[in-house]
Amino acid sequence: MLKDQDRIFTNIYGLEDTGLKAAKKRGDWSRTKTLMNKGREKIIAEVKESELRGRGGAGFSAGMKWSFMPKEVTDRPHYLVVNADEGEPGTCKDREILRNEPHKLIEGALLASFAMNANAAYCYVRGEFFRETEALQRAVDEAYEAGLIGEDACGSGYKFDFYIHRGMGAYICGEESALIESLEGKKGQPRMKPPFPANCGLYGCPTTVNNVESIAVTPAILRRGASWFAGIGKPNNTGPKLFNISGHVNNPCTVEEELGIPLKELIDKHAGGVIGGWENLGAIIPGGSSVPMLPPEICETVTMDFDALSAVKSGLGTGAVIVMDKNTDLIRAICRLSRFYKHESCGQCTPCREGTGWMWRMMERMASGDAKVEEIDLLEDVTRQVEGHTICALGDAAAWPIQGLIRHFRPLLEQRIADRQAGKSTEAA
Amino acid sequence: MSGAPETFTFTPENAEAAKSVIAKYPDGWHESAVMPLLDLAQRQHDGWLPRAAMDAVAEILSMPPIRVYEVATFYTMYNLQPVGKHHVQVCTNLPCWLRGSEDVVGACRKTLGIDIGMTTENGMFTLSEAECLGACANAPMMQIGDDYYEDLDADSTTKVLKLLKSGGKPKTGSQTGRHTSEPAGGLTSLKNLGKDEGEAK
Amino acid sequence: MPKLTINGMEIEVEPGLTVLQACELAGIEIPRFCYHERLSVAGNCRMCLVHMERAPKPVASCAMPVGEGMVIETDTPEVRKMRKGVMEFLLINHPLDCPICDQGGECDLQDQAMGYGTDRGRYLENKRAVKDKNLGPLIKTIMTRCIHCTRCIRFATEVAGVQELGATGRGENMEVGTYVEKALTSELSGNMIDLCPVGALTSKPYAFTARPWELKKTESIDVLDAVGCNIRVDTRGAEVMRILPRINEDVNEEWISDKTRFACDGLGRQRLDQPYVRRDGKLEPATWDEAFAAIADKVKASAPKKIAAIAGDMACAESMMALKDLMTGLGTPHIDCRQDGTKLDASSRSGYLFNSTIAGIGGADALLLIGTNPRIEAPVLNARIRKRSIRGGFQVAAVGGVEEGADLTYDYEHLGADTGVLHSLSEGKHPFAKVLKKTDKAMLVIGQGALTGPDGGKVLGLARAIAESCGMVNKGAWNGFNVLHTAAARVGGLDLGFLPGRDGYDVEGMLSAAESGKLDMVYLLGADEIDMSRLGSAFVVYQGHHGDAGAHRADVVLPGAAYTEKNSTFVNTEGRVQRTHLAAFPPGEAREDWTIVRALSDVLGHTLAYNDLSEVRGRLVEANPIFLSLDEATPAAWGDFGEQGRLGGGTVGSTAIDNFYMTDPISRASATMARCTETRSGGQQDKTGTDG
Repeated sequence: MLKDQDRIFTNIYGLEDTGLKAAKKRGDWSRTKTLMNKGREKIIAEVKESELRGRGGAGFSAGMKWSFMPKEVTDRPHYLVVNADEGEPGTCKDREILRNEPHKLIEGALLASFAMNANAAYCYVRGEFFRETEALQRAVDEAYEAGLIGEDACGSGYKFDFYIHRGMGAYICGEESALIESLEGKKGQPRMKPPFPANCGLYGCPTTVNNVESIAVTPAILRRGASWFAGIGKPNNTGPKLFNISGHVNNPCTVEEELGIPLKELIDKHAGGVIGGWENLGAIIPGGSSVPMLPPEICETVTMDFDALSAVKSGLGTGAVIVMDKNTDLIRAICRLSRFYKHESCGQCTPCREGTGWMWRMMERMASGDAKVEEIDLLEDVTRQVEGHTICALGDAAAWPIQGLIRHFRPLLEQRIADRQAGKSTEAA
Repeated sequence: MSGAPETFTFTPENAEAAKSVIAKYPDGWHESAVMPLLDLAQRQHDGWLPRAAMDAVAEILSMPPIRVYEVATFYTMYNLQPVGKHHVQVCTNLPCWLRGSEDVVGACRKTLGIDIGMTTENGMFTLSEAECLGACANAPMMQIGDDYYEDLDADSTTKVLKLLKSGGKPKTGSQTGRHTSEPAGGLTSLKNLGKDEGEAK
Repeated sequence: MPKLTINGMEIEVEPGLTVLQACELAGIEIPRFCYHERLSVAGNCRMCLVHMERAPKPVASCAMPVGEGMVIETDTPEVRKMRKGVMEFLLINHPLDCPICDQGGECDLQDQAMGYGTDRGRYLENKRAVKDKNLGPLIKTIMTRCIHCTRCIRFATEVAGVQELGATGRGENMEVGTYVEKALTSELSGNMIDLCPVGALTSKPYAFTARPWELKKTESIDVLDAVGCNIRVDTRGAEVMRILPRINEDVNEEWISDKTRFACDGLGRQRLDQPYVRRDGKLEPATWDEAFAAIADKVKASAPKKIAAIAGDMACAESMMALKDLMTGLGTPHIDCRQDGTKLDASSRSGYLFNSTIAGIGGADALLLIGTNPRIEAPVLNARIRKRSIRGGFQVAAVGGVEEGADLTYDYEHLGADTGVLHSLSEGKHPFAKVLKKTDKAMLVIGQGALTGPDGGKVLGLARAIAESCGMVNKGAWNGFNVLHTAAARVGGLDLGFLPGRDGYDVEGMLSAAESGKLDMVYLLGADEIDMSRLGSAFVVYQGHHGDAGAHRADVVLPGAAYTEKNSTFVNTEGRVQRTHLAAFPPGEAREDWTIVRALSDVLGHTLAYNDLSEVRGRLVEANPIFLSLDEATPAAWGDFGEQGRLGGGTVGSTAIDNFYMTDPISRASATMARCTETRSGGQQDKTGTDG
C-alpha cells in the first residue's frame, strides 16, 4: 500500500482549503523557478526517466510525448492542451484535481509548457463540470495575481498563460484530436493521423495534449526526482495513480494508490470490499467503461497496472474500477454501455456511426433474450468489424465491452435466450 | 418551434463578456469562441438556444451560420427546445445504474409528475436522462442546472426536488454527508499526514 | 522519390502522394466513397482501408502519405473482409430501393456492392429513415440514402465557396443539409449530384425520366457561356435528357454550371421547327422555298449597302463564316458579331482573349477585376479563381462589375467603380498598382460590362495600359491580360472577322441606321439580345432555334439547330477551338445553320463555294489558321489594341449579366431556369410564360 508521504494529491478530498495559500503549504509552487532552471531537456529527461505513462487511458509515455514536440519554436507557437474532458463512465478522478488540487494542475501546466516551449495552455474542461471550472478559474486568478503565471511566470522571465475552455457535452472530445477540433470551434470530430498534434495540432501549431492527472503529477516528479516516482509501482508501470472505485462496493471512493496494487486489495482496503463479500462478486470493469470486464477468478489475482491488465485482455484505462455483484444483470450492464457509445459516436466514420447503433440494438435483444443463439457470433463479428477500422478509438471502446462479455459470460447470453424461448421472465432482478 | 424569437441580441453585459471570451483565443481564431458564446446566449435565453441566437453568434464571430448550427446540434448541453427553470438531468449510465439510478428517476417522475423528456406545465422542471456526468464515486447522482446532487436515493432525490419546488436551495454535492469522494466508512489514506509534505530535501 | 511495395510490387512515386494514389499508379483500384481527387481528404467512409506493414491498425489509404519503404497489401483476405465489413455497415441503413432510385446503374454503392456486398443481410433491426431536405429546384434529396461521405459538404465549402451545407447532429442521427430550409445559392450546385456516390442527391428535373443505359451519350461543348465547358449530352431519341460534365483539366476540370447542366429542358420548348414568313403582319408557317423566295425578293429590291447582318451569342463559327461570305458576296460591309456593342476589335488577338488561360489562373499571384462579375458570367472559371484564392498569397481587387460587398466566393477589395481608379492604376498611383507590380504573375480580367458603351474602347485601352505598366505582360510566356467573354460565339466571330468592313456599321450603327430607315434588311443569325424596337421598318430575317426576341420581330424565320443538334465549332474565351457534336437531330424542318446559309446563297445567286462540313471548315482555316489548332489555347502575341485617351469621369460598367439563369434563348425557354430565377429572387420574379 502506498505510504501517505508518497501520495501526491494530499488534498484530493478537499478536506483542507483549496486556495493558493493552503496549496503552497502543501508544497505546491515551491521552488518552481528552480525547477524551470533545470532547463527544458532536463525536465523532459526527468519525466521520461520517471516512466510516467499518460493517465488519460492510453498509457503512452508522457516524457516521450513531450519529446515529439519540435525543439525550437519557429513560425508557429507551441501549445499545451490539458484534457479535462473527463467522461469515461466510472471515471471521476480529474474532477477531484480540478476542484481540490487545481494548483498542482496549473503548476504542472507551467512546467510542461516551459519544457515544450509553449507560452499558452488551454485546459478543456467538460461543460458539466461547472463548479469545478469555477474552482479552477479561482486558482488560475490566484496564480496570475501572485505572479506565478502570466508575463513573468514565477519570476523566471517566461511568459505563460493558462486558459480554460469549457466543453459542451460530447464524450468524444476526450479524444485528443476531437478535443482540438472542438477547441477550434468545430464539431468534436477526430482528425485523421498523420499529421500528429505534435506537428500540426491546435490552430495548425505543434501541440501536446495531456490528461489532467499526467500534468498535475509532474511538479512532484520534478521536485522529488524521477527515481522516487519510478520506485513506486512496478517497472514500466510506475508511480502513484488515482483510482475510482464505483458500483457494488461498500464505500465507493477515489483514492491514490500505487500502480500494480492487486485489484482485490484496492477494493478491500479502500472501498470497504464488495457488497456482500468477495464471494458475491459478479464481474469487474477495471479501467473505465471502454475496457473489457473481468470475471471474479481473474479479479482475484490481477494487479492494477497497464501491463498486467492488458495481459488478461483488458486494460488499466483511466483506473476506474466498476464493481458488479452477482445479482447484476451483466448483459443489461453492457447494453447500457453500448447505448452510451451509440449516443456518443460522432457520426463521422462508417463503422462507428453504423456499428454502434447496430451493436446497441443487438445488445438490447440480448438483454431481453429476444435473439437467436447464432446471433451471439454475429454480434461478436460486428464488434470485430468495428474494432480497428475507425478513425479514432471510440469504435474500439464500443466493441471491447461486448467482446469482454462474450469472452467471459457467453453461457449467460445463451441462457437468457433459452429462457426467453422457454417463456420465462428474462430480466434479472 | 414554440415561442422561438425572431431576433436575439446579447445584453450589454453579455456583449462585454463575449468580447473577453473572444480575447482568450489567438487572432484569426475567433471561431474558438463559438461554444462559450452559444453557452452565454443559452444562459441569457432561459436555458435554451433558439436559431436567432445561433445566427447572432455566427454574426459576431463572422462564421457561416451552418458552421454554428453544426456545433449547436453536436453538443448535448445546448438545448434546442425550451427547457424548464430547473433542468433535472439524471445520470443513468452504468455506475449510477448499479447504485440505483432507476430509483432516482422514479422519484423524479413521481415528484415532478412528468416523464423523461418532458417539462412540467408550469415550466419549472424539465426531466432528462444524462450520460455519465463524471461523479461515479458518488453515484447515483443528478445534475440540476449547474449543480451536482450526489449519493442519492429515492428519498433524498424527492427532498431535493421538493425544496426546489418550494423555492428553496438544497445543499449541493453528497446527500449522505460525505465531503467529496472519500470512502464513506472513514479515510483509508491521508490519515497520517504530518507537517512534512514529503518534499525531497 | 519514395519507393514502396504494393502487393509485392515495388513502385517509386512522387513524394506527397497518398497510398491510394500510389496504388492507382500501380494499377490497383482501391474502392472508395468519400475520397475525391478534387476535394479535401475526409477519410470517413473507411472503404479504402489497406494493410500497412508495422502499422498497428489498417490505414485509410486516401489519407496516408506515402513513405520510403512502406509495404502495403491491398488484396489479402483480411483487407477483403474489412471492406466487406464497411460495405455491410453502409448498407444496413441504406434503403434497398435501387429499382426506384435515379442513381441506379451509375451508383458507386451499387457497383461496390457487386464486389464487396453479400447476397443477404444480417441486419435485423429497423432501418433508419431521414427526412428529405429542400435544397431548391435543382437537387432532389432522398436523405435516407445518404452514406455521410460529406462530398457534397466539401464541394459546397471548398469548390463552390458557399458555406451553406453541413452535417448537423451526431452519431447515427447526423444529417447532411442546410439545417434551415433554403435553396443553395451556388451557380455550381448541380455538381453535387455527380459527386454524390449514392442516390441521396439526384437531379430534380431529371427525376424518374430515364435510366442511364437507355441514353445515347454524345461528347460535346457547352455554349451557354464563353468558358466552353466540356460536356456529355445524354439523349433519348430526339430529346436531350440531361447534360453532364466531361473532364478537361484545362477548361472546366470536372465541373459545369447549373445553367449548363439544367437549361437543357429549354431545348425542347419554344423551338422553331419550320420556316415562317410574315404575311399581313402575322408570322405564318411557310416552306423553305417560300421563305428563301421572300428573302430573295427583298435582297433584289435593296441596295447591297442597305443590308446588314448580326451574329448572336450562340452562333457557331461555320454559320458565321458562311454568313460573312454571303454578305461579302452581296457586297455589304455591315456585319458584326458584337451584339452587346463591346468595343473589342480584331486588331490583335491578345486584345480579346483570356490570355492567361483558365488553368493559368492557378499560377497567378494577384488579380484585378474590371467591370466583371465572374461568379455569374463564368461560374466554372470563377471556381478556379476561388481555388487559387484559398491557397493564399493572392490579392484580388475589383473595379466596377459588382456592387460593393457582393459575394464572389473569395476575398477581394472593392476599389469603387469610378473610372478615375483605372487611370490611377495605369499611372501606378493606386495602392493596388503596387500590389500588381510587385508580384511575378499578376493578371487582370476585364468583362463585357466595361467594354460596352461609347467609352468601351478607351476602357480597353486603359486596361492594356494597366497590364503594361503593372508588368502583367511581356514577361516570358506569361500574359496577364484577360478578356472574359460571356458569349460562346464571340471569340470565334472575332477570329473569323465577323466585323464591319470598310465603312461598315457596327451593331450600334446598324440600329441607328435602321431606326432612320437607312437599312432595308437585317439578317439576325441567332441574335436576340439587341433592342428589336430599334430595327425600325427594316426587313428582318431571323435564323435561329428559339422563338425568342429575334423571331418575334422577324419577317422571315429560318429554323436553325441548337448546339446539341449540330457538329460545329466554337472558340472559348481563352481562344480554345472546340467542337460540339450532334447528339440529336434538329426538330422538324430545322437545319444545321451553315447549310441554311449555303442554301440561301444559291437562291440569292451568290452560291458559296463549299458543299460539306469539311469544306466550310477549310474555309475557316483559310480565314484564320487558328481554326486548325483544335482543343488548344494558342498563345497570342501582344499587340496594339484599344483606344487612347482620358475617360471623362463616369463609372466602369456593371456586369453584363442581370440574371445568371436566363441569358439566352435556350435558358429563357427553360422551365428549370425559370424556377431557379424565382427561387433566387425570393419568389418575387414575375411569372413567365415558361412557368408551370
